[in-house]
Amino acid sequence: MKEFSNRYIFIFSAVMVVAVATLLAMAATLLQPQQLRNLEIEKKKSILESIGIESTRENTESLYEKYIKELYVINKAGEKIEGVDAFKVVIKDEQKKAPEQQYLPVFKAVLDDGEKLIVLPVEGKGLWGPVWGYLSVKSDMNTIYGCTFDHKGETPGLGAEINTRPFEDMFIGKKLFESDKFVSIGVLKGGAAADDPHNVDAISGGTITSKGLEKMIADCISKYSDYLIKNRN
Amino acid sequence: MSDHVKEPMFSAKNLKLFTTPLGRDNPITVQVLGICSALAVTVKLKPALVMALSVTIVTAVSNLVIAAMRKYIPDRIRIIVQLVVIATMVILVDQFLKAYAFDVSKQLSVFVGLIITNCILMGRLEAFAMANKPWPSFIDGLGNGAGYGIILVIVAFIRELLGSGTVYGYPVMQKLGIYSTGYENNGMLILPPMALIIVGCIIWYQRSKNPDLIEKK
Repeated sequence: MKEFSNRYIFIFSAVMVVAVATLLAMAATLLQPQQLRNLEIEKKKSILESIGIESTRENTESLYEKYIKELYVINKAGEKIEGVDAFKVVIKDEQKKAPEQQYLPVFKAVLDDGEKLIVLPVEGKGLWGPVWGYLSVKSDMNTIYGCTFDHKGETPGLGAEINTRPFEDMFIGKKLFESDKFVSIGVLKGGAAADDPHNVDAISGGTITSKGLEKMIADCISKYSDYLIKNRN
Repeated sequence: MSDHVKEPMFSAKNLKLFTTPLGRDNPITVQVLGICSALAVTVKLKPALVMALSVTIVTAVSNLVIAAMRKYIPDRIRIIVQLVVIATMVILVDQFLKAYAFDVSKQLSVFVGLIITNCILMGRLEAFAMANKPWPSFIDGLGNGAGYGIILVIVAFIRELLGSGTVYGYPVMQKLGIYSTGYENNGMLILPPMALIIVGCIIWYQRSKNPDLIEKK
């Protein structure tokens, strides 16, 4: 192979870098709309899952339209805030604001049998990265109807178990309040009694993820407590 | 290159470039490269197939690009150039998956990005594309990607069938009614070590069929 001058090497690298950067920037820009759409469908899919409705990529949109009747944003005092698209609220960004200024999205769903539910988003930290999910609460504003969790990169087989049905199903029927006091739902290491209204079993080998999940639910849902108490029936 | 006789595109030599990595010179079972991802993405057939396809595309196209530029790549920065080409290809594949195969890209998560570190790629670029013409390099890339893919698919098929009782998501075991006889899925097969053991069995089988693959004492 022949020798190349330093000058040639510099020019070669510069041209290569510019060409590659242009190519990647173009690809990212062209594909972005489709990628954002996928994320939107994914979010709708999770919300539906928390009210016990399984959907495929194809029918997510129509099912979402059918079951999610209303969505709005409230503040910590439980007052509705007008003019904010609840679907577009990014929980992670809200958590950086002062508690009084945070937008708290509420999704209202009505099931086929007329049962009214509200779905509340939660987001927190697991062991390796963010964990998030949706909790649906019955109209007594206390009993959990269903939930779904997801994570970015928890350990498969351990922390990643939080997004499996058996784990999520343990939350069904648990209570958020003890009369007027918000107690949240604990994730107990060593197991919780089946009739314990405020605790579920933690995941063996997934202690930090379990703790993160517990903190996430307590932190996020406690902000809704005024709203939940106000809207009981 | 004008002094060479023009070779037909699918000459025996070129076809051999494609077929040897499938068997005798398989990147996983003979060269023992790319084992890490072979363990990680073979729990189910679908991610394994997508991974195989992605690696094949990336290897073939990077080989093509590097072979086309090989006379202009300064020797001193050739590894950097190879990495840039691979990284670019991988990011493109990742972006496409995120846009058009979202579920699969969620399952593969970090492993798509890790194609960059797959030794098969660097190995082929350095050993083949830097010294050969674009077309044979492209075929060599396809062959090595397919050789990698074929092992992935075999391992994933066994693991999915015995571990989850499905094939490509289709519940075979349930349809056959085997569960009623007391059969249960073997959870062990879902764990990474079993992939290693299956790969080991494939290597064992291959070497017993091809004694010349066994190292001389």
